[in-house]
Amino acid sequence: MSTREKLKVLVVDDEPSILMPLEFLMRKSGYQVFVARNGTEAMESVDKERPDVVLLDIMMPDVDGYEVCRHIRGQEDMSGAKVIFMSAKTKDADIKKGYDVGADLYIPKPFSTRFLMEKIKELTQS
Amino acid sequence: MNYWLVIGVSFFYLALLFGLASWAERRSAAGRSFVGNPYIYALSMAVYCTAWTYYGSVGRAATTGLGYLAIYIGPTLMAPLWWVVLRKIIRICKVQRITTIADFISSRYGKNITLGSIVTIICVLGIIPYISIQLKAIASSLDLLTGMNEVGRSPLFGDTSFYIALGLGLFTIVYGTRHVEATERHEGMVTAIAFESLFKLVIFIVAGVFVTYGVFNGFGDIMQQATQLPDFERLMTFDNESGFSQWFWMVVLSMLAILFLPRQFQVAVVENVNEQHLNKAMWLFPLYLFAINIFVLPIAFGGDLLFNGANVDADMFVLAIPLSEGQSLLALLVYLGGFSAATSMVIVATIAMSVMISNNLVMPLLVGVPAIKNRYQNQLTKLLLFSRRLGILVILLLAYLYYKGVAEYYSLVEVGLVSFAAVAQFAPAIIGGIFWKEGTKNGALAGIVVGAAVWFYTLVVPSMVGVGMLPSSILEQGPLGIALLKPFELFGLQGMDYISHAMFWSMFLNVGLYIGISILSKQTSQERNQAEVFVDIFKYSTVFESSIVWKGTAYIPDIKSLLVNFLGEKKAEVAMKAYKRKYPEPEDESGKADPKLVTYAEKLLSGVIGSSSARIMVSSVVKEEEISIDEVLNILKESQQLISINNELRRKSMELRRATEQLRSANERLKQLDELKDEFLSTVTHELRTPLTSIRALSEILYDNPEMEREDQEHFLQTIVKESERLTRLITQVLDLERFESGKQKLNLGPVQIEEVVRESVEALEQLVQEKDIDLVVDVQHNLPAINGDKDRLIQVLVNLISNAIKFCNPEHGRIIVSGYYIDGDIKVNVVDNGKGIDPEFHKQIFDKFYQAQNQNIRKPEGSGLGLAISKKIIESHQGRIWVESELGKGSKFSFVLPVKVNVPANV
Repeated sequence: MSTREKLKVLVVDDEPSILMPLEFLMRKSGYQVFVARNGTEAMESVDKERPDVVLLDIMMPDVDGYEVCRHIRGQEDMSGAKVIFMSAKTKDADIKKGYDVGADLYIPKPFSTRFLMEKIKELTQS
Repeated sequence: MNYWLVIGVSFFYLALLFGLASWAERRSAAGRSFVGNPYIYALSMAVYCTAWTYYGSVGRAATTGLGYLAIYIGPTLMAPLWWVVLRKIIRICKVQRITTIADFISSRYGKNITLGSIVTIICVLGIIPYISIQLKAIASSLDLLTGMNEVGRSPLFGDTSFYIALGLGLFTIVYGTRHVEATERHEGMVTAIAFESLFKLVIFIVAGVFVTYGVFNGFGDIMQQATQLPDFERLMTFDNESGFSQWFWMVVLSMLAILFLPRQFQVAVVENVNEQHLNKAMWLFPLYLFAINIFVLPIAFGGDLLFNGANVDADMFVLAIPLSEGQSLLALLVYLGGFSAATSMVIVATIAMSVMISNNLVMPLLVGVPAIKNRYQNQLTKLLLFSRRLGILVILLLAYLYYKGVAEYYSLVEVGLVSFAAVAQFAPAIIGGIFWKEGTKNGALAGIVVGAAVWFYTLVVPSMVGVGMLPSSILEQGPLGIALLKPFELFGLQGMDYISHAMFWSMFLNVGLYIGISILSKQTSQERNQAEVFVDIFKYSTVFESSIVWKGTAYIPDIKSLLVNFLGEKKAEVAMKAYKRKYPEPEDESGKADPKLVTYAEKLLSGVIGSSSARIMVSSVVKEEEISIDEVLNILKESQQLISINNELRRKSMELRRATEQLRSANERLKQLDELKDEFLSTVTHELRTPLTSIRALSEILYDNPEMEREDQEHFLQTIVKESERLTRLITQVLDLERFESGKQKLNLGPVQIEEVVRESVEALEQLVQEKDIDLVVDVQHNLPAINGDKDRLIQVLVNLISNAIKFCNPEHGRIIVSGYYIDGDIKVNVVDNGKGIDPEFHKQIFDKFYQAQNQNIRKPEGSGLGLAISKKIIESHQGRIWVESELGKGSKFSFVLPVKVNVPANV
């Protein structure tokens, strides 16, 4: 990994108070970070930056997280990108739907940042 | 006009009626019946207007003046009462399968044969003159039109009116006696009659318009000229001597005639398919009478003026005027109109009479004599039809002879009134019979017989004198010289015209005897039973079979074979099935018939052969036992109790159904509430997760990265504090709302000045307003009345509204106006901002809890989503109202009103 370019991570959440610590954490781990505050911004960023990892909230104004994930999976060269949902929706049906639209992982809020970082590493190394 | 042309047209018209009637029957067979139409019903009732109306009214108006109107005023007065009288008669006839007026009377008074026969004979005697004047009208109009004098021709085969009578007889036979069962309706006939009613009305009005506007210059002109007639004053005023009593009796007579003339009974009762049709007929029929009378006076005066002194029969003015004006086509049409008025009466009356003769005279005779009954056992149906057909021809022949012998010498109206007076004799027995349970057979019999005898003596005998059949000394000196018995001055009564005189004596004796003898005589159990059922028909009509009291032994096979004899295999089968459907109880093993089955069979037979014959037939296969009146009354009482128990049961089951329904909807609501609660919980936890996620992430980062820059650390800690505050606020609000919803929230009541509430709310938010550089204007009326409320809670509401306004007002030039004033007993407070506004679609929903959270699209920055929901609860607990007025792009105005005289319970 170190041989290659920096890993690109896109963090999507409409809550600034969540976006802020995550952005800090990614930067500190040496990733290249992009942030988006809603679904539309997220899709623009995906199209422009082609991130390797997307941390995705579900409930957002305008376009929701599921839709953003479909958008990502709809593009051939993005099939290798890792999508991790972070959501306050914790019902089984919501989680199932997350995996159905193509997520690699679904983390219910609130979560441990340590756990999140471990999972990102696992996903990107395999 | 050519004689054969007119004859040809007449028979063509009859053929047209044939065609119309059979078309209507085919339509009915195909399920698209005409008689389901109330207008057809109302029009068929206009069979009341016969040649008497068509020709006779004009004649009467021209000779005796306004008096012609009385016989239309009577039915018009009667029409509103149809709902009370006629509807009851219709219901009784339907339930009991009664098909004639004779059967009605006989059935009410214990199915008495004598009574039925007497009524039939009176009807025949009474109606034959009426039919004869129709023949007379046809003959006179034919004479006038063709210019030939039929009167001089040899009777019968040399006389056209004889052939016309024959033709009418054949038509009636074809359409009136197709089915044996008289309760089966004559749809073809009714349709044809309705058509004739329309036809005669239209032609008469056309003729009236022609005379009024074609020959003269309108109503004014005719009346103007008529005032010059020597008779005018007499015609247009009442005759002081007998005028008033004559009017009175004519009105009474026609009120009774419209109910009890056999043809009216036929179209209004027997042919009725739906009681509701009466509603329409009640106004349409009087309207018809009004329309057909509009031109009577103009034609009458027109005729008087045109033929002044000439020898023209006033009865024929309608026809004579167009003829004298050379309008032969119009004259032909007028003739046809009169022809249709006459034929419709003849057809309906003869059908009704023939059923009466066969069911109340012939049948009781046949089935009453065992020898005849046994001999013709299997051909009774054929015999029945044959007797009806023969009856029709005999009636017409008698009418023809009467016309030749008597009617020719009298005017149409004079003869017609004799018939009216005859049927009026049934009124006490019928009206008494349906409203008075005590009326007895003996009373009815005495009333009718004596009434009819007086009628005969005071009306028929003088007419026989008039044509020379009896010596005139009877009129002048009284029979055998007894002056008290003079037919026109009975018992010395003078000063009345002959109709009033006859009506007075016949009705006086009839009513008196009916009531007197009814009170004195006893009813048999059978009579009592029928009296109960007739008077209380609306109670019994649903349980008729069990309301006829009957005791004895009968066997099902006997009953069945009886039905087969009169109805035929197929119909008997259908009838038995219908019975089983209605009373599904199992048959008795011994083959004994249930009393209900016997009653049911008797009812079916009544429809075919009349009630008294049916009684005889049923008695012949049944071993009956005597039953006392007390038993009858007891059983009837039980059956009434049964009805009320049934009603009670129905009511109970309705209640049960309603309760079930309520239970289900309550359950539904509970489920909904449950779902709402679930949703609320999941929304609350969701709202908790967001700040928790932030706090946890920030704390972990701070913990894992002690070497962080101080500036970042501070920023992180600030955010943690802010998110903790958010959590606290959320929890407080959730608890607040829960307390309001469960009713546990208590208001701390006291006098509150709104001005203070506004001031304190604004002070609390002052810093925020200054930070955002918002222009906040406060405009509250001074000295507003205090309200009784919870000051802190009201401040909470206002703070919520103002802080929402701060959040949403225009970010650059924010402007908020808070105003308060008194209006209509309320204090109103508005908070207006200049933000982007709210779509009216959401104006109600934003007061729902978490509404913004559930609808991410309009999610607002910050806020728990509970502020407005709580504000609403607070305002409502003060008996106030809160709402928003806003449009997208035009800012929002949140308002609430609080009643000044609020009467809030201390613990809400």
